Amino acid sequence: MKEEIIIAGFGGQGVLSMGKILAYSGLMQGQEVSWMPSYGPEQRGGTANVTVILSDERISSPVLNSYDTAIVLNQPSLEKFESKVKPGGTLIFDGNGFHKFPTRTDINIYRIDATEYAYANDTTKTLNMIILGGLLKIRPIVLIENVLKGLKKSLPSRHHHLIPMNEKAIQIGMSLIRKVE
Amino acid sequence: MSNSKKLDKEEVRLMKGNEAIAHAAIRCGCDGYFGYPITPQSEIMETLMEQEPWNTTGMVVLQAESETSSINMVYGAACCGKKSMTSSSSPGVSLMQEGISYIACAELPCVIVNVMRGGPGLGTIQPSQADYYQSVKGGGHGDYKLITLAPASVQEMADHTVLAFELAFKYCTPALILADGVIGQMMEKVILPPFQPRLTEDEIRKNTPWATLGKPANRKPNIITSLSLEAEEMEAINLRLQAKYREIEKNEVMFEEFSCEDAEYLVVAFGTSARVCQKAVEMARSEGIKAGLLRPITLFPFPTIALSNYADKVKGMLTVEMNAGQMVDDVRLAVNGRVPVEFYGRMGGIVPAPDEVLEALKTKIVKNN
Repeated sequence: MKEEIIIAGFGGQGVLSMGKILAYSGLMQGQEVSWMPSYGPEQRGGTANVTVILSDERISSPVLNSYDTAIVLNQPSLEKFESKVKPGGTLIFDGNGFHKFPTRTDINIYRIDATEYAYANDTTKTLNMIILGGLLKIRPIVLIENVLKGLKKSLPSRHHHLIPMNEKAIQIGMSLIRKVE
Repeated sequence: MSNSKKLDKEEVRLMKGNEAIAHAAIRCGCDGYFGYPITPQSEIMETLMEQEPWNTTGMVVLQAESETSSINMVYGAACCGKKSMTSSSSPGVSLMQEGISYIACAELPCVIVNVMRGGPGLGTIQPSQADYYQSVKGGGHGDYKLITLAPASVQEMADHTVLAFELAFKYCTPALILADGVIGQMMEKVILPPFQPRLTEDEIRKNTPWATLGKPANRKPNIITSLSLEAEEMEAINLRLQAKYREIEKNEVMFEEFSCEDAEYLVVAFGTSARVCQKAVEMARSEGIKAGLLRPITLFPFPTIALSNYADKVKGMLTVEMNAGQMVDDVRLAVNGRVPVEFYGRMGGIVPAPDEVLEALKTKIVKNN
């Protein structure tokens, strides 16, 4: 198994930490993992993105030009990465603030209105976990128990009481995601 | 990762390359780190500050007022036989060159880390490999060399920290870890090296009798200097340095080969470029192109003989770097015209993608055969 993922959005949406949680989950299930952030000045207010690779074999390049799955959380990221999804791959977008929508017909496109849900229910801090839930519903690349183990490992123990809230966000994301036909 | 016994004993962690260097430094008994923050390597000192090793191993971690100052602090600590290190990124390492030349001439061990970013000038903060010349051709003045290690994974960031200290002390010369922003910033699995205690003062006196730790009554004063006003004396020092560099070239060359056994085309790359090229080689193989990758792990000493041997086996070589073409000179010197050597590179902070490398391999090398 090998999954090459790009997660992209505005700085502050939790793009890098979502990638980190995925990477830790892969680590928990004994996979090879790489997490390569865009660490440029764009992190401050502009777009941030992270490439995450989970693989059963040694990972060669941490830098890629096409992806099995792209998760895009803002318009510029859609424009940048829609064309870079491999044919037959998966594109997930959060419809909030989009005025142009994906157009490709050779990939599987999903919409998750996580931002809208998070603002309506005052759960914006777990926005990225809602989206992660959506991803895991359609691409069950890591087990939820390994996500929770990964959270336990990556979070300092004073934050461990927040893990159930994150688990709930994953469940919400799983119910929110919709295929775009 | 190949040692499964080690896997059982030591925990597999996920961390950035920069963090791995900091942890490895503490674990290998480093006595002092002196640095000044600069992207993309600031996590090295940040991690050291978080770990507070002064409370555990007694290691000193100090933020100097500039890179010039930090390299001179390293010089001072090295005079006392201490395991000392600094780290910076390209513009900061340029500022250190005077100190590095002095340390090389004074024949002192120390470790310098350069997590390269795009230049010239203040440049960008994105990854680059444009300091190859500066690292292996003598960035400062005079005829000196740095043992130069080029890690290509987070695991190697940790392993090379230990290795760099070992080599620096073995040859009494500065060792450089030449990484780039990708390796510094990315997270991968890593098994940290085992803990080694810092040396005691008695052990330092025994291991490094030249150290200036205070003169006992029964020996002459130790003098450490890079200044010799007599030309004959200075030439003797130069001859000694050159003999040492030849010894390093004889003993310490390290490189890795990937799909080279039956290769018709050889890609040569180090660090992050080598990771990208490995993928490009996999892609080429899946299209039936017999490509292989040779990754120099030591840039000085350079794997000249290994490359020279391939000159008779392959039809062409492609060197890939994140610069305008620097290591390619050494590849060409190694093969000495016996096989065509072409170059592909990106500059200013751009990391080439695997498909770009594959395309370059096809158009520059395969097509002409």
